[in-house]
Amino acid sequence: MTSTRSVNPLALNLRAVVGRAYPRIIGANREPSWVFFDAILPLLGIAAYVFIYEGFFRAPGADRTFANAMIGFVVLGGTMTAFWMNVLWSMASQLYWEKEMGNLQLYMMAPMSRMALLGGMALGGMFMTSTRAIVTLVAGVFVFGVHFDLANPLMILAVFFATLVALYGMGMMLASLYLLYGREAWHMSALLEEPIFLVSGFYFPIRAIEGVGAWGRAVLFGAAIIPATLGLDALRQLIFPGFFGGKFWLLSVELEFAILVVLCVVFLVLARVSLGYLEMLAKREGRLTSRHQ
Amino acid sequence: MNATVNRHWRSFKWAAWLGWQIESNWTEPWLFAIYSVIKPVAGAFILVLMYVVFTVIGNVQDLARFNFVYVGNAFFIFVGNTLFGTFQVIQADREWYQTLRYTYISPISYYTYIVGRAATKVAVAAFAVLITIAFGVAFLGIKIDLSAWELPAFFAAMALGAFTLVGIGVSLAALSFLTARHVRGLAEGVPGVFYLFCGVLFPLTVLPDWGQSIGKAIPLTYWFHLIRQITMPADYFAAVPTGLTTDPLEIMALLAVSATGFFLLSIGLFRLMEYLARRAGKLDMTTNY
Repeated sequence: MTSTRSVNPLALNLRAVVGRAYPRIIGANREPSWVFFDAILPLLGIAAYVFIYEGFFRAPGADRTFANAMIGFVVLGGTMTAFWMNVLWSMASQLYWEKEMGNLQLYMMAPMSRMALLGGMALGGMFMTSTRAIVTLVAGVFVFGVHFDLANPLMILAVFFATLVALYGMGMMLASLYLLYGREAWHMSALLEEPIFLVSGFYFPIRAIEGVGAWGRAVLFGAAIIPATLGLDALRQLIFPGFFGGKFWLLSVELEFAILVVLCVVFLVLARVSLGYLEMLAKREGRLTSRHQ
Repeated sequence: MNATVNRHWRSFKWAAWLGWQIESNWTEPWLFAIYSVIKPVAGAFILVLMYVVFTVIGNVQDLARFNFVYVGNAFFIFVGNTLFGTFQVIQADREWYQTLRYTYISPISYYTYIVGRAATKVAVAAFAVLITIAFGVAFLGIKIDLSAWELPAFFAAMALGAFTLVGIGVSLAALSFLTARHVRGLAEGVPGVFYLFCGVLFPLTVLPDWGQSIGKAIPLTYWFHLIRQITMPADYFAAVPTGLTTDPLEIMALLAVSATGFFLLSIGLFRLMEYLARRAGKLDMTTNY
């Protein structure tokens, strides 16, 4: 006689989330050198962008009124860079990487939702990346002397978390698509670095792109799909409210927040749909275990 | 002697071929060309827009400074790619392709193999530098003043820079024998050191005194200075004081010494780390999480 015990699906999937987040949080800390490589070293690149503005503002006759805000923009952009890089390299590319490592078939056989797997990856990634983001912010305040205006902390937190959820939702969606691209996934991630830093305004107020003309406006419209664009613009509005009379802001904070919430839902739904499609395709074409393609 | 040279040449040649296959055969040539162009041009555009915002809010234009930043950034592509192309080889083979154990036991020089794998990245980077400079001259008003009699000095400077970078890259690659999967962090962080301290995007005098001291101790600072001196118009070059020597021969001599120094360091470090990795059983470890 055999006995079967039904498992609560919610509890099962929560366990899957925790199980996949665990190696990223605990496993990574077994190799503590990652703090130096992933949190401290990248700070140097951000510092370089800070000093570009310092260099510009030392030009004879330059007006330094908004120099603090510009450096603050770079620090916030640097913080967002950490999350974007994590989304690209530890979310979007991850399923492809798992396939190469031979783990993907194990995940597919496990009796859990694939969304729980990606959710766990996202949570673990957020935790790891937050370390780098915090280091960047602390350096911004104590090393570069940036003054942040935190008059509306609740809205700042709301925009920040909406941006994160939308970003990682996008990463979850890309994870499935990257798997279909095979070897191009790595190059796709590499390609989505500088161009996205550019069109999302990681190191300058995004509205500056409008100055390029009709092309600039088209790029702005496309860039709004990337959650980092609107998230950064909203955060900058909240933290540097009087910057240049508001002439460089894209939309109102409320509207940007609303769009971010919509993006959260859209990306999570698309992630679920693309994951289902991927699974069906991979099973039909037998590509789930084929490596180096 | 001849057999040793042959062994190194064979290792280099086939590693370079393998590097090119890995770099390029994932897609069509036209897509690869676009891919090779988009990244550097986007990087250059970030600086353009930073400068545009500065001119509006700083209420001043400084074309010499913009030229300084743009040229520095263009040649930094060469630095970043050469470094990354070199130091990522061990971790890519070990963690990604999991072929290190097979390559390692084959009858080649593994040191030369790493240099050969990097050669493709160096070639692609040189192409990207050319595109970025051409784009700047054609569309952004960047001024380049490179006369025919300056070409030998330019190519000599590029060769010395490449030797120095490969030496640094192999030294870092040697360290990665013992580290976990940190290539992404290294890819951002190590070039970040040079980005920050070598006066790539701003004159060294912008840094605090201790930062300037670090910058002056790095040979690449002088390399960037020399490249700018050769390629930029004299009045633009003089308009952004950097506090460094302007004697090209002195800088060339310094670069020759540093290239030799880093070459010897890379050999020593490579042998030491290889030995330690073998002893610790880490030669083909995987550290995915």
